[in-house]
Amino acid sequence: MHELGIVFYIIRDVKEAAREHDVEHVSAVVMNIGEVSMVVPEYLTDCWRWAADKEELLKDCELRVNTIPAVSFCDGCQQEFETVRYGKTCPHCGSPDTWLLRGNEVEIKEIIV
Amino acid sequence: MDEVKVIEIKKSVFAENEKDAADLRRELKGKGIYLLNLMSSPGSGKTTTLIRLINLLKDRLRIAVMEADIDSDVDAVKIRQETGVESIQLHTGGMCHLDAEMTRQGLDNLPLEGVDLVVLENVGNLVCPAEFDTGAVRNAMILSVPEGDDKPLKYPLMFSVCDLVVINKTDVLPYFDFDLDKCRENVRMRNPRAKVIPICARTGEGVEDLADWLLAEVRDWKQK
Repeated sequence: MHELGIVFYIIRDVKEAAREHDVEHVSAVVMNIGEVSMVVPEYLTDCWRWAADKEELLKDCELRVNTIPAVSFCDGCQQEFETVRYGKTCPHCGSPDTWLLRGNEVEIKEIIV
Repeated sequence: MDEVKVIEIKKSVFAENEKDAADLRRELKGKGIYLLNLMSSPGSGKTTTLIRLINLLKDRLRIAVMEADIDSDVDAVKIRQETGVESIQLHTGGMCHLDAEMTRQGLDNLPLEGVDLVVLENVGNLVCPAEFDTGAVRNAMILSVPEGDDKPLKYPLMFSVCDLVVINKTDVLPYFDFDLDKCRENVRMRNPRAKVIPICARTGEGVEDLADWLLAEVRDWKQK
């Protein structure tokens, strides 16, 4: 349930952005959530509903989740592959020297006001 | 019709915590305090290990402990009773982890005058605490034999953020299908830099190796 902690971080960052832009109400927050970020989108949106409605700024504000597919890169053959499907081992050349290129994001993409 | 406006943010939600953690680390460095973040699943023997470890080190280092749990203060009381060092209980209010801000609040409630080492016993959980930098100098974790040698494969993030992996309850190795060499290999696959120290907190076996590692770490941090 670290989704609740993440929701508190989102609220803090959105409040700050709202202050900077002189915004009184936010109607949606758009998140980029990587496929292997260990965040469960359903838990995140559930926690969000509970916590966001306690804030005047975020009453009825919707949390939208964009899922970012996880892609790894192989140092052995310099090719990319799908992380969730193949794990740590490169499907092209079998090398274990691979690293995550993207798919670990937990970021606020934008807010809609 | 209301005008809709999109404000681009493009910021990791962990960015602020990482900044708080870096600030906290810098402040602790200035005060000569080494903060160790100790993580594991529930029941791996964190508190028992800590009691052994503190009793070996307390004549050489001034130590304080922060126990983080969702509820109760059994761990903090136990540490105080069995080691005599200052120990406080932090309640996370239902949350599964600590972050840098919660750690700072905990430190504010400890008498830190002259303290060399603070151990933060994080919430028992192999998933969430790995995501949040607490401001500690090092992350350490305990994996106990009954949990199985495959845990580094199942909880890759936890093993990749830890500088030290303690393998506890080695006294029950004969009763479990736990392959110590295989476990070392599984840790190495996730994190080639992690040091692995097998111990048995119940009998005290191996705890001296752990004490030596920590003592060297604390001295190094204070001198650097």
